[in-house]
Amino acid sequence: MSVSTCPSRSAPDQAPAGGASAERDAQGLDAFDRDIVLATQAGLPLVPDPWGAVGREVGLDGEAVLERMRAMQERGVIRRVAAVPNHYRLGYVANGMTVWDVDDAEVERLGREVAAIEGVSHCYRRPRHLPHWPYNLFAMLHGRSREEVERQAEALRARLGEACRDHRILYSSRILKKTGLRLARRAPHA
Amino acid sequence: MHCQVPYCQVQELDTLDRRLIDSYQRGLPVCTRPFHTVAERLGTSEAEVIARLERLQALGVLSRVGPVFDHARAGASLLAAVAVPEAERDAFAELINAAPGVNHNYAREHDYNLWFVMTAPDEPELEGRLDALESRLGLPILRLPMLEGFHIDLSFPIPWAELERT
Repeated sequence: MSVSTCPSRSAPDQAPAGGASAERDAQGLDAFDRDIVLATQAGLPLVPDPWGAVGREVGLDGEAVLERMRAMQERGVIRRVAAVPNHYRLGYVANGMTVWDVDDAEVERLGREVAAIEGVSHCYRRPRHLPHWPYNLFAMLHGRSREEVERQAEALRARLGEACRDHRILYSSRILKKTGLRLARRAPHA
Repeated sequence: MHCQVPYCQVQELDTLDRRLIDSYQRGLPVCTRPFHTVAERLGTSEAEVIARLERLQALGVLSRVGPVFDHARAGASLLAAVAVPEAERDAFAELINAAPGVNHNYAREHDYNLWFVMTAPDEPELEGRLDALESRLGLPILRLPMLEGFHIDLSFPIPWAELERT
Protein backbone atom coordinates (compact mmCIF):
# COMPACT_ATOMS: atom_id res chain seq x y z
CA MET A 1 0.00 0.00 0.00
CA SER A 2 1.34 3.40 -0.90
CA VAL A 3 1.68 5.98 1.78
CA SER A 4 1.63 9.63 0.93
CA THR A 5 4.69 11.42 2.18
CA CYS A 6 4.32 13.75 5.04
CA PRO A 7 6.29 16.95 4.64
CA SER A 8 7.03 17.58 8.28
CA ARG A 9 8.32 15.83 11.38
CA SER A 10 8.19 12.33 10.02
CA ALA A 11 11.44 12.15 8.09
CA PRO A 12 13.73 10.05 10.26
CA ASP A 13 16.80 12.20 9.78
CA GLN A 14 14.97 15.44 10.26
CA ALA A 15 14.79 17.07 13.67
CA PRO A 16 11.19 16.78 14.80
CA ALA A 17 9.24 19.91 15.48
CA GLY A 18 8.95 20.74 19.14
CA GLY A 19 12.35 21.39 20.69
CA ALA A 20 12.13 18.98 23.62
CA SER A 21 11.43 16.03 21.37
CA ALA A 22 14.90 16.19 19.84
CA GLU A 23 16.26 14.61 23.01
CA ARG A 24 16.49 10.85 22.52
CA ASP A 25 16.83 8.25 25.22
CA ALA A 26 19.09 5.20 25.21
CA GLN A 27 16.60 3.37 22.98
CA GLY A 28 16.57 6.17 20.42
CA LEU A 29 13.08 7.28 21.38
CA ASP A 30 12.30 10.97 21.51
CA ALA A 31 9.45 12.53 23.46
CA PHE A 32 6.93 12.04 20.63
CA ASP A 33 7.90 8.37 20.30
CA ARG A 34 7.44 7.90 24.02
CA ASP A 35 4.04 9.60 23.84
CA ILE A 36 3.07 7.27 21.02
CA VAL A 37 4.17 4.26 23.08
CA LEU A 38 2.14 5.54 26.03
CA ALA A 39 -0.91 6.13 23.84
CA THR A 40 -0.80 2.71 22.15
CA GLN A 41 0.61 0.23 24.66
CA ALA A 42 -2.83 -0.66 26.00
CA GLY A 43 -4.14 -1.09 22.45
CA LEU A 44 -4.97 0.92 19.37
CA PRO A 45 -8.25 2.72 19.01
CA LEU A 46 -10.44 0.48 16.82
CA VAL A 47 -11.41 3.08 14.24
CA PRO A 48 -10.74 3.27 10.48
CA ASP A 49 -7.81 5.65 11.00
CA PRO A 50 -6.13 4.56 14.25
CA TRP A 51 -2.95 6.54 13.54
CA GLY A 52 -4.92 9.75 13.13
CA ALA A 53 -6.69 9.07 16.43
CA VAL A 54 -3.37 8.47 18.19
CA GLY A 55 -1.99 11.57 16.47
CA ARG A 56 -4.73 13.75 17.91
CA GLU A 57 -3.75 12.50 21.34
CA VAL A 58 -0.05 13.23 20.99
CA GLY A 59 -0.13 16.30 18.75
CA LEU A 60 1.03 14.83 15.44
CA ASP A 61 -0.76 14.03 12.21
CA GLY A 62 -1.61 10.43 11.40
CA GLU A 63 1.12 10.04 8.78
CA ALA A 64 3.76 11.14 11.27
CA VAL A 65 2.50 8.60 13.81
CA LEU A 66 2.57 5.87 11.15
CA GLU A 67 6.13 6.79 10.13
CA ARG A 68 7.25 6.68 13.74
CA MET A 69 5.56 3.33 14.32
CA ARG A 70 7.43 1.96 11.30
CA ALA A 71 10.72 3.46 12.45
CA MET A 72 10.30 1.91 15.92
CA GLN A 73 9.49 -1.39 14.26
CA GLU A 74 12.64 -1.17 12.13
CA ARG A 75 14.75 -0.48 15.21
CA GLY A 76 13.16 -3.42 17.00
CA VAL A 77 11.51 -1.35 19.73
CA ILE A 78 8.19 -2.64 18.39
CA ARG A 79 8.25 -6.34 17.58
CA ARG A 80 4.97 -6.29 15.72
CA VAL A 81 1.59 -4.62 15.66
CA ALA A 82 -0.86 -7.42 16.16
CA ALA A 83 -4.12 -8.83 17.44
CA VAL A 84 -2.76 -10.21 20.71
CA PRO A 85 -4.66 -13.31 21.91
CA ASN A 86 -5.27 -13.94 25.58
CA HIS A 87 -4.28 -17.59 25.75
CA TYR A 88 -5.72 -17.97 29.22
CA ARG A 89 -9.18 -17.20 27.86
CA LEU A 90 -8.66 -19.75 25.12
CA GLY A 91 -8.15 -22.47 27.70
CA TYR A 92 -4.41 -22.32 28.34
CA VAL A 93 -4.92 -22.13 32.10
CA ALA A 94 -1.74 -23.92 33.20
CA ASN A 95 1.31 -21.70 33.09
CA GLY A 96 4.54 -23.21 34.25
CA MET A 97 7.77 -21.31 34.52
CA THR A 98 10.40 -24.02 34.13
CA VAL A 99 13.88 -23.26 35.38
CA TRP A 100 16.93 -25.35 34.51
CA ASP A 101 20.48 -25.63 35.79
CA VAL A 102 22.33 -26.18 32.54
CA ASP A 103 26.06 -26.52 31.90
CA ASP A 104 27.32 -23.03 31.00
CA ALA A 105 29.29 -24.39 28.07
CA GLU A 106 26.11 -25.81 26.53
CA VAL A 107 23.43 -23.36 27.55
CA GLU A 108 23.51 -21.23 24.41
CA ARG A 109 23.11 -24.11 21.99
CA LEU A 110 20.54 -25.89 24.17
CA GLY A 111 18.61 -22.69 24.83
CA ARG A 112 17.99 -22.31 21.12
CA GLU A 113 16.91 -25.94 20.80
CA VAL A 114 14.59 -25.84 23.78
CA ALA A 115 13.00 -22.63 22.52
CA ALA A 116 11.74 -24.48 19.45
CA ILE A 117 9.84 -27.12 21.45
CA GLU A 118 6.06 -26.91 21.32
CA GLY A 119 4.45 -25.09 24.22
CA VAL A 120 7.46 -22.86 24.94
CA SER A 121 6.35 -19.25 24.65
CA HIS A 122 9.59 -17.69 25.75
CA CYS A 123 13.00 -18.90 26.72
CA TYR A 124 15.78 -16.88 28.33
CA ARG A 125 19.22 -17.26 29.83
CA ARG A 126 19.44 -15.52 33.19
CA PRO A 127 22.16 -15.33 35.87
CA ARG A 128 22.48 -17.86 38.70
CA HIS A 129 22.55 -16.63 42.29
CA LEU A 130 24.29 -19.36 44.25
CA PRO A 131 23.63 -21.01 46.58
CA HIS A 132 19.90 -20.24 46.56
CA TRP A 133 19.28 -20.02 42.85
CA PRO A 134 21.29 -22.37 40.62
CA TYR A 135 19.06 -22.06 37.52
CA ASN A 136 20.38 -20.31 34.44
CA LEU A 137 17.79 -21.21 31.78
CA PHE A 138 14.11 -20.23 31.88
CA ALA A 139 11.41 -21.59 29.61
CA MET A 140 7.78 -20.58 29.99
CA LEU A 141 5.33 -23.38 29.21
CA HIS A 142 1.62 -23.06 28.47
CA GLY A 143 -0.86 -25.87 28.48
CA ARG A 144 -4.51 -26.61 29.07
CA SER A 145 -3.66 -28.61 32.17
CA ARG A 146 -0.72 -29.26 34.47
CA GLU A 147 -0.42 -32.70 32.92
CA GLU A 148 0.12 -31.10 29.54
CA VAL A 149 2.75 -28.75 30.99
CA GLU A 150 4.47 -31.72 32.63
CA ARG A 151 4.62 -33.57 29.31
CA GLN A 152 6.18 -30.50 27.72
CA ALA A 153 8.69 -30.25 30.57
CA GLU A 154 9.60 -33.93 30.01
CA ALA A 155 10.33 -33.14 26.38
CA LEU A 156 12.63 -30.31 27.50
CA ARG A 157 14.34 -32.56 30.04
CA ALA A 158 15.01 -35.12 27.34
CA ARG A 159 16.44 -32.50 25.00
CA LEU A 160 18.74 -31.06 27.67
CA GLY A 161 20.06 -34.50 28.59
CA GLU A 162 23.26 -34.75 30.60
CA ALA A 163 23.89 -31.01 30.45
CA CYS A 164 21.00 -30.43 32.87
CA ARG A 165 21.74 -30.97 36.56
CA ASP A 166 18.42 -29.93 38.07
CA HIS A 167 15.14 -28.30 37.22
CA ARG A 168 11.88 -27.06 38.72
CA ILE A 169 8.44 -26.18 37.43
CA LEU A 170 7.05 -23.10 39.15
CA TYR A 171 3.32 -22.93 38.51
CA SER A 172 1.60 -19.64 38.94
CA SER A 173 -1.00 -19.97 41.65
CA ARG A 174 -2.34 -16.46 41.29
CA ILE A 175 -1.94 -13.42 39.08
CA LEU A 176 -1.52 -10.53 41.50
CA LYS A 177 -0.92 -7.86 38.90
CA LYS A 178 -0.78 -7.87 35.14
CA THR A 179 -0.76 -4.86 32.93
CA GLY A 180 0.26 -4.29 29.37
CA LEU A 181 1.51 -0.88 30.40
CA ARG A 182 5.24 -0.85 30.16
CA LEU A 183 6.76 2.51 29.54
CA ALA A 184 6.49 5.13 32.22
CA ARG A 185 6.82 8.74 31.31
CA ARG A 186 10.33 9.93 32.10
CA ALA A 187 9.44 13.55 32.61
CA PRO A 188 6.79 15.85 31.25
CA HIS A 189 8.03 17.54 28.10
CA ALA A 190 5.12 19.77 27.22
CA MET B 1 -9.18 -14.76 37.20
CA HIS B 2 -10.66 -18.20 37.80
CA CYS B 3 -14.32 -17.33 38.06
CA GLN B 4 -15.22 -17.96 34.46
CA VAL B 5 -15.03 -21.11 32.42
CA PRO B 6 -12.01 -20.07 30.45
CA TYR B 7 -12.78 -21.72 27.14
CA CYS B 8 -16.45 -21.01 26.99
CA GLN B 9 -15.99 -18.66 24.07
CA VAL B 10 -14.37 -20.99 21.58
CA GLN B 11 -17.70 -22.21 20.23
CA GLU B 12 -18.86 -18.63 19.95
CA LEU B 13 -16.07 -17.81 17.56
CA ASP B 14 -16.93 -18.32 13.93
CA THR B 15 -14.62 -18.87 10.99
CA LEU B 16 -14.03 -15.18 10.41
CA ASP B 17 -13.15 -14.59 14.08
CA ARG B 18 -10.67 -17.44 13.96
CA ARG B 19 -9.16 -16.28 10.70
CA LEU B 20 -8.71 -12.81 12.15
CA ILE B 21 -6.83 -14.20 15.15
CA ASP B 22 -4.82 -16.74 13.15
CA SER B 23 -3.82 -14.30 10.45
CA TYR B 24 -3.07 -11.28 12.59
CA GLN B 25 -1.63 -12.50 15.89
CA ARG B 26 1.75 -12.34 14.20
CA GLY B 27 1.24 -8.92 12.73
CA LEU B 28 -1.23 -6.46 11.27
CA PRO B 29 -0.33 -4.37 8.24
CA VAL B 30 1.18 -1.11 9.44
CA CYS B 31 -0.38 1.14 6.83
CA THR B 32 -2.79 4.03 6.52
CA ARG B 33 -6.06 2.10 6.90
CA PRO B 34 -4.94 -1.17 8.50
CA PHE B 35 -8.42 -2.58 9.09
CA HIS B 36 -9.43 -1.78 5.53
CA THR B 37 -6.42 -3.76 4.27
CA VAL B 38 -7.31 -6.65 6.59
CA ALA B 39 -10.92 -6.54 5.36
CA GLU B 40 -9.83 -6.71 1.72
CA ARG B 41 -7.64 -9.73 2.43
CA LEU B 42 -10.44 -11.53 4.29
CA GLY B 43 -13.12 -10.53 1.83
CA THR B 44 -15.22 -8.48 4.20
CA SER B 45 -15.76 -4.84 5.13
CA GLU B 46 -13.67 -2.54 7.28
CA ALA B 47 -16.64 -1.96 9.59
CA GLU B 48 -17.06 -5.73 10.01
CA VAL B 49 -13.38 -6.18 10.90
CA ILE B 50 -13.56 -3.39 13.47
CA ALA B 51 -16.77 -4.79 14.96
CA ARG B 52 -15.22 -8.26 15.20
CA LEU B 53 -12.07 -6.98 16.87
CA GLU B 54 -14.15 -4.99 19.35
CA ARG B 55 -16.16 -8.09 20.21
CA LEU B 56 -13.08 -10.30 20.56
CA GLN B 57 -11.57 -7.73 22.89
CA ALA B 58 -14.78 -7.51 24.90
CA LEU B 59 -14.84 -11.31 25.22
CA GLY B 60 -11.27 -11.22 26.45
CA VAL B 61 -10.13 -13.52 23.65
CA LEU B 62 -7.89 -10.72 22.42
CA SER B 63 -6.09 -8.85 25.15
CA ARG B 64 -5.54 -5.95 22.77
CA VAL B 65 -4.95 -4.94 19.17
CA GLY B 66 -1.78 -2.94 19.05
CA PRO B 67 1.98 -2.83 19.22
CA VAL B 68 3.98 -5.49 21.03
CA PHE B 69 7.03 -3.76 22.44
CA ASP B 70 10.42 -5.28 22.98
CA HIS B 71 10.79 -4.19 26.56
CA ALA B 72 14.52 -4.68 26.51
CA ARG B 73 14.63 -1.96 23.86
CA ALA B 74 11.92 0.28 25.24
CA GLY B 75 13.48 0.94 28.63
CA ALA B 76 15.05 -1.25 31.27
CA SER B 77 13.31 -4.20 32.90
CA LEU B 78 14.11 -7.32 34.82
CA LEU B 79 12.47 -10.36 36.36
CA ALA B 80 12.68 -10.35 40.13
CA ALA B 81 11.65 -12.73 42.88
CA VAL B 82 11.22 -12.59 46.65
CA ALA B 83 10.70 -15.31 49.22
CA VAL B 84 8.05 -14.04 51.62
CA PRO B 85 6.24 -15.84 54.45
CA GLU B 86 3.24 -17.52 52.77
CA ALA B 87 0.83 -16.18 55.40
CA GLU B 88 1.87 -12.60 54.64
CA ARG B 89 2.07 -13.04 50.91
CA ASP B 90 -0.77 -10.71 49.98
CA ALA B 91 0.53 -7.89 52.15
CA PHE B 92 3.96 -8.17 50.53
CA ALA B 93 2.34 -8.39 47.11
CA GLU B 94 0.57 -5.11 47.76
CA LEU B 95 3.84 -3.40 48.62
CA ILE B 96 5.37 -4.75 45.42
CA ASN B 97 2.38 -3.77 43.27
CA ALA B 98 2.48 -0.25 44.66
CA ALA B 99 6.14 0.23 43.74
CA PRO B 100 6.75 2.33 40.63
CA GLY B 101 7.49 0.29 37.49
CA VAL B 102 5.98 -3.05 38.56
CA ASN B 103 3.71 -4.37 35.83
CA HIS B 104 3.47 -8.11 36.45
CA ASN B 105 3.31 -9.92 39.72
CA TYR B 106 2.61 -13.65 39.98
CA ALA B 107 2.38 -15.88 43.01
CA ARG B 108 4.29 -19.06 42.25
CA GLU B 109 4.64 -22.33 44.11
CA HIS B 110 8.23 -22.18 45.38
CA ASP B 111 10.22 -20.69 48.29
CA TYR B 112 10.58 -17.72 46.00
CA ASN B 113 6.85 -17.24 45.93
CA LEU B 114 6.42 -13.76 44.46
CA TRP B 115 7.67 -13.10 40.93
CA PHE B 116 7.41 -9.70 39.34
CA VAL B 117 8.73 -7.65 36.47
CA MET B 118 10.23 -4.29 37.38
CA THR B 119 10.60 -1.68 34.66
CA ALA B 120 12.18 1.77 34.48
CA PRO B 121 13.21 4.26 31.82
CA ASP B 122 16.85 3.25 32.20
CA GLU B 123 19.23 0.97 34.12
CA PRO B 124 20.24 3.33 36.97
CA GLU B 125 16.59 4.12 37.64
CA LEU B 126 15.79 0.40 37.60
CA GLU B 127 18.50 -0.35 40.17
CA GLY B 128 17.26 2.53 42.30
CA ARG B 129 13.69 1.25 42.24
CA LEU B 130 14.80 -2.25 43.19
CA ASP B 131 16.99 -0.96 46.03
CA ALA B 132 14.12 1.14 47.36
CA LEU B 133 11.69 -1.77 47.20
CA GLU B 134 14.21 -4.10 48.81
CA SER B 135 14.54 -1.86 51.84
CA ARG B 136 10.79 -1.43 52.03
CA LEU B 137 10.24 -5.18 51.98
CA GLY B 138 13.14 -5.87 54.30
CA LEU B 139 13.94 -8.92 52.17
CA PRO B 140 16.53 -9.55 49.49
CA ILE B 141 15.28 -9.38 45.92
CA LEU B 142 16.55 -12.02 43.52
CA ARG B 143 17.51 -10.07 40.37
CA LEU B 144 17.29 -12.04 37.16
CA PRO B 145 17.96 -9.85 34.14
CA MET B 146 17.68 -11.46 30.74
CA LEU B 147 21.17 -12.28 29.49
CA GLU B 148 20.02 -13.79 26.24
CA GLY B 149 16.64 -14.38 24.62
CA PHE B 150 16.19 -17.57 22.63
CA HIS B 151 12.49 -17.31 21.99
CA ILE B 152 10.47 -14.28 22.82
CA ASP B 153 7.45 -14.66 20.61
CA LEU B 154 4.26 -15.19 22.53
CA SER B 155 2.23 -16.16 19.51
CA PHE B 156 1.57 -19.78 18.62
CA PRO B 157 -0.92 -21.52 16.38
CA ILE B 158 -4.25 -22.00 18.11
CA PRO B 159 -5.69 -25.52 17.70
CA TRP B 160 -9.32 -24.46 17.37
CA ALA B 161 -10.77 -27.89 16.69
CA GLU B 162 -8.96 -29.36 19.68
CA LEU B 163 -10.12 -26.53 21.94
CA GLU B 164 -13.71 -27.13 20.86
CA ARG B 165 -13.50 -30.71 22.06
CA THR B 166 -12.04 -29.79 25.44
